[in-house]
Amino acid sequence: MKNKNLVSISDFTKEEQLRILDLAEKFEKQPRQKILDGYVVATLFFEPSTRTRLSFESASSRLGAKVIGFSDASSSSVIKGETLKDTILMVGGYADVIVMRHPREGAARFAAEVSKVPIINAGDGANQHPTQCLLDLYSIRKTQGTLDNLSVAFVGDLKYGRTVHSLTMALSQYNTTFHLVSPESLKLPGSVKRHIKDHNLEYYQYTDLNDVIPKVDILYMTRVQRERFSDPMEYEKVKDSCILSKSIMTNCKPNMKVLHPLPRVNEINEDVDTTPQAYYFQQAQNGVYVRQAILASILGVI
Amino acid sequence: MEKISRELKVSAIENGTVIDHIPSNRVFQVIRLLDLYDSNEQIFVGVNLESEKLKDGKGIVKVSNRYFADWEIDKISLVAPTATLIEIKDFCIVEKRKVAIPDKIQGIVKCFNPNCITNHQPITTCFNVVDKDDLKLQCHYCEKITAKENIVFL
Repeated sequence: MKNKNLVSISDFTKEEQLRILDLAEKFEKQPRQKILDGYVVATLFFEPSTRTRLSFESASSRLGAKVIGFSDASSSSVIKGETLKDTILMVGGYADVIVMRHPREGAARFAAEVSKVPIINAGDGANQHPTQCLLDLYSIRKTQGTLDNLSVAFVGDLKYGRTVHSLTMALSQYNTTFHLVSPESLKLPGSVKRHIKDHNLEYYQYTDLNDVIPKVDILYMTRVQRERFSDPMEYEKVKDSCILSKSIMTNCKPNMKVLHPLPRVNEINEDVDTTPQAYYFQQAQNGVYVRQAILASILGVI
Repeated sequence: MEKISRELKVSAIENGTVIDHIPSNRVFQVIRLLDLYDSNEQIFVGVNLESEKLKDGKGIVKVSNRYFADWEIDKISLVAPTATLIEIKDFCIVEKRKVAIPDKIQGIVKCFNPNCITNHQPITTCFNVVDKDDLKLQCHYCEKITAKENIVFL
């Protein structure tokens, strides 16, 4: 995987994805390894994302790499009108790998074409966020012991949520059964459903979260944003149908875990946090190990 | 080799390329896609000509002393899928074929996604043709689909 770009989850084969997960397990056991001593990781955040940036910076620091970059385009030369190409070419001379988040879709793919150092996409608009996808796979495998033959529910905004789209594609490689819970207007797009069908897998659609809780191994929650609704009345009607609380979890499977890409707003009630099903904070922590594995693989030190 | 014997509404050319069966309203787009505005060669253009194949009339473009590579000519398949290409040497037809929709399209078309990086930076657009029958172009960058009805030419 040395020098490979990670722009879309499909840039890595199933075997490569599994190799990252195996490596991440090793980093979880021993997170402090100075194998990137002397390396420079650039984190270019053209749009702010505290969580993803900190996770990458933590992963880099624990491997002994130095981190350079910016956390907001307004503090960079972008504001002076520099093209993305020029920024990437310039930073490529300073760093061994570039981690980038950009508000425009396709920015990371373009950067990968012009860059002489590998690009890791940390989110390009609503398009791809492959490291999130890998840490989700890691969290699912870790909690269930396998990725194969699981029942996974996605809950919330399935129309615009890029996390859900990428993870659906990735899980389609593992004979997953999909349970899709969303307001009527925020259903999973046809193209993603077709992807499920193309793999001869089943999906079931619901509007009420209660219906899926006893059926699934993984309950993947996402935010339903008010601004997605043109009609505020519609939002008021549906907003409670996708909210998880401890009281509705009584009939869940014992192995069920609740995942969420975070930040959450109100879709997971705080009383869920102390249940054995809550896994979202551990999931975020797993992100560091997975990103250590990605950095080490792409820089070819492992 | 077949000599052109029947009477032509537009004069025959000795050497060059004839693009026939262009929908009449697409003739000028074809000229633009083939970058003929700055050509110094003789070019005959016909529109609203009678045609058995095209009920609303056809257009034709004859370019002297020019032969086009496949990638150049296949660009016009997006605007004129009915077009046929005829290559002429010494007044004889040496090749005749239909235009074909290519697998990949670079430049020419704008990505329909307003948030695509190609609409905000100086980047040549690039699409993979994912459906040729019901034309669908997938952006190489943002991965979104631009469907036939949303195609805008650059």
